[in-house]
Amino acid sequence: MSDGTRGLDSMTSDQAARRRWMGVLAKARLAELEAAWAGLDDRPTYTWLRRPEVGLVMVRGRAGGTGTRFNLGEMTVTRCALRVEGGSVGFGYVQGRDGVHVELAAAFDALMQTPERHDKIEREIIAPLEASQAARRQDRSRKANATKVEFFTMVRGEDVR
Amino acid sequence: MYVAVKGGEKAILNSHELLAERRRGDPEVSELGIRQIKEQLTLAVDRVMTEGSIYDPDLAALAIKQARGDLVEAIFLLRAYRTTLARFGATEPIDTARMAVQRRISAAFKDLPGGQVLGPSFDYTHRLLDFDLMQEAETAPEAERAPKPVDDDMPRVADILDSEGLIEIDEPDDEEREVADLTRQPLTFPAERDQRLQNLARGDEGFLLALGYSTQRGYGRNHPFGGEIRMGEVAVELTPEELGFPIEIGEITVTECQMINQFKGNEDTPPQFTRGYGLTFGHCERKAMAMALVDRALRSAELGETPAFPAQDEEFVLYHADNVEASGFVQHLKLPHYVDFQSELQMVRRLREQFEARKRGEAAE
Repeated sequence: MSDGTRGLDSMTSDQAARRRWMGVLAKARLAELEAAWAGLDDRPTYTWLRRPEVGLVMVRGRAGGTGTRFNLGEMTVTRCALRVEGGSVGFGYVQGRDGVHVELAAAFDALMQTPERHDKIEREIIAPLEASQAARRQDRSRKANATKVEFFTMVRGEDVR
Repeated sequence: MYVAVKGGEKAILNSHELLAERRRGDPEVSELGIRQIKEQLTLAVDRVMTEGSIYDPDLAALAIKQARGDLVEAIFLLRAYRTTLARFGATEPIDTARMAVQRRISAAFKDLPGGQVLGPSFDYTHRLLDFDLMQEAETAPEAERAPKPVDDDMPRVADILDSEGLIEIDEPDDEEREVADLTRQPLTFPAERDQRLQNLARGDEGFLLALGYSTQRGYGRNHPFGGEIRMGEVAVELTPEELGFPIEIGEITVTECQMINQFKGNEDTPPQFTRGYGLTFGHCERKAMAMALVDRALRSAELGETPAFPAQDEEFVLYHADNVEASGFVQHLKLPHYVDFQSELQMVRRLREQFEARKRGEAAE
C-alpha cells in the first residue's frame, strides 16, 4: 500500500511539529489568516529574506498508485522567507499565486519558532485553523457518504423456499 | 519551405479588436467573471488544468474566458504561461490511498471495504435537458449529508486483489532514478512507463478516448474492467532545500482510474490480472479511464503481446497525443504559404504541359 513520504521517518520531533503547522498555514483560507494577523495584540515587524515569488513545482504520481514515479503536471506555488524582530526565520511555501497568503504563513511560521510566543499562537491560531480545516473536510465527506450505495439482494419470484 | 511575409499590421490589430468585441458578446448581458467560470464550469477548468499541465483553477478559468470557451486554445495559453515561471522543484509522489474521497466506485467488486461512493456524477442522470436551469435559481441547491463521513479506510481495489497474488504488483522505483520529464527532454523510444504516463496525462482527451474505444472494439483487445475510479483531494508535499523535510503546500483534486485487464500469462508469468493506470488533475473521469486503457495497450510489448494495432504503437500514440503540438501543426496550414504555392503551381503547369504533349503525340500516332 502506501509507502509513506520520503524523509518522514528521519525527522526530528521539532521538524515534525514545524511540518504540521506549516501544512496548516498553507491550507488555511486567506481570510482566516488575515483575521488571525489582525487579531494579534503585538504584530511583529519583519524583514524580507526573500520576497514572495511565484513559480511551479512538478507534481508527481506513481504508476498504479504505488509503482514507478512519473510527472503528472505542474502546479503554481508561491514562496517567501522573512526574519521577525527577535531573530526567528519563517518560510512560506503555499499553493497558488497569493503573495499575501504566503507572507502571513511565513510570519506565523517565524512566530511559532519564537519560544515566548509559540504556545499562544498554537492555542489561538494554529489549533483553530486545523480544526476548521478538519470540519470542512468532514462536511465534504459527509456529503460524499450520503451518496454511498447500499446494496441489497433482490429475491426474484414469489414464495421462494 | 516557409518564407516569411510582412505587412498586414493594421488588419491584425483590427482583428484583435474584433476578437475582443466578440469575446465580450452583447454588452447588454453582464460580463462573465473568472470566479463564475471557476465555480460553475469546473469540469472545463479541470480539463484545461490537466492538459495545460498546470494546476491553478484561477489561471485555467482566465484562459477559458480569454479563449472564448475554446478549451484547446485555453490549454495552449496555459502551456505558454508556464514558460514564464521558474521551477522550484518536484513534489513527493501524491498518495492516492490517503485521498479525501468524494467519489469511489468499482465495477469489479460490489462489496469492497469503504463501499461504493457515487459522489457528484452524471452517471445515473437521464440526460434530459433541465429547463429549470434556463432561469437563474433563487436559492442554491444543498446536498444531503450523511450522519458520518466516509470510511477512513478506503483501500485501492488493486491492493485488495494484491493480497491474493492474482494481480501484478506495481513496485516503487529506485528513489535515485531520475524521473523523465517531457517539458525538459524530448521523447525517446522505446519509451519508459514514466514518459508514457506523463505524455498521456497531458494528452488530448478526445484522442485518448478514441484510442481507448478502439481497443474495446477489437483493435487490441485486452478485456478491461473498471477496477476502481476514485476522485477527491490529496495533499501535495514538497521538500524545500532550505528545510530538508517535507511540508504540505496545499491540496489538489485528482481523479484516478485503475483498469484491471485479463492476462493469459506467458512462459515466465502465470495467468493474472494486469493493470492500466490513469491519473488527472481535477475531475476528468472520461480522460482518466481512456488514459488507463491506452496505458495498458502501450504495455503490450512489455507483456509479450504482439503490438498490431494503433493503440499499441507507442510512436503513433505518443507523437500524436498532444493537442497543442497537433493543433499548431494543423493550423499552421492557414498561415501564408504564397511562395511555396507559387513554386508548386509552376511545377503542376509544367507537368500538365508534358502530359498534354504526350497525349497529343499518342493521338497523332
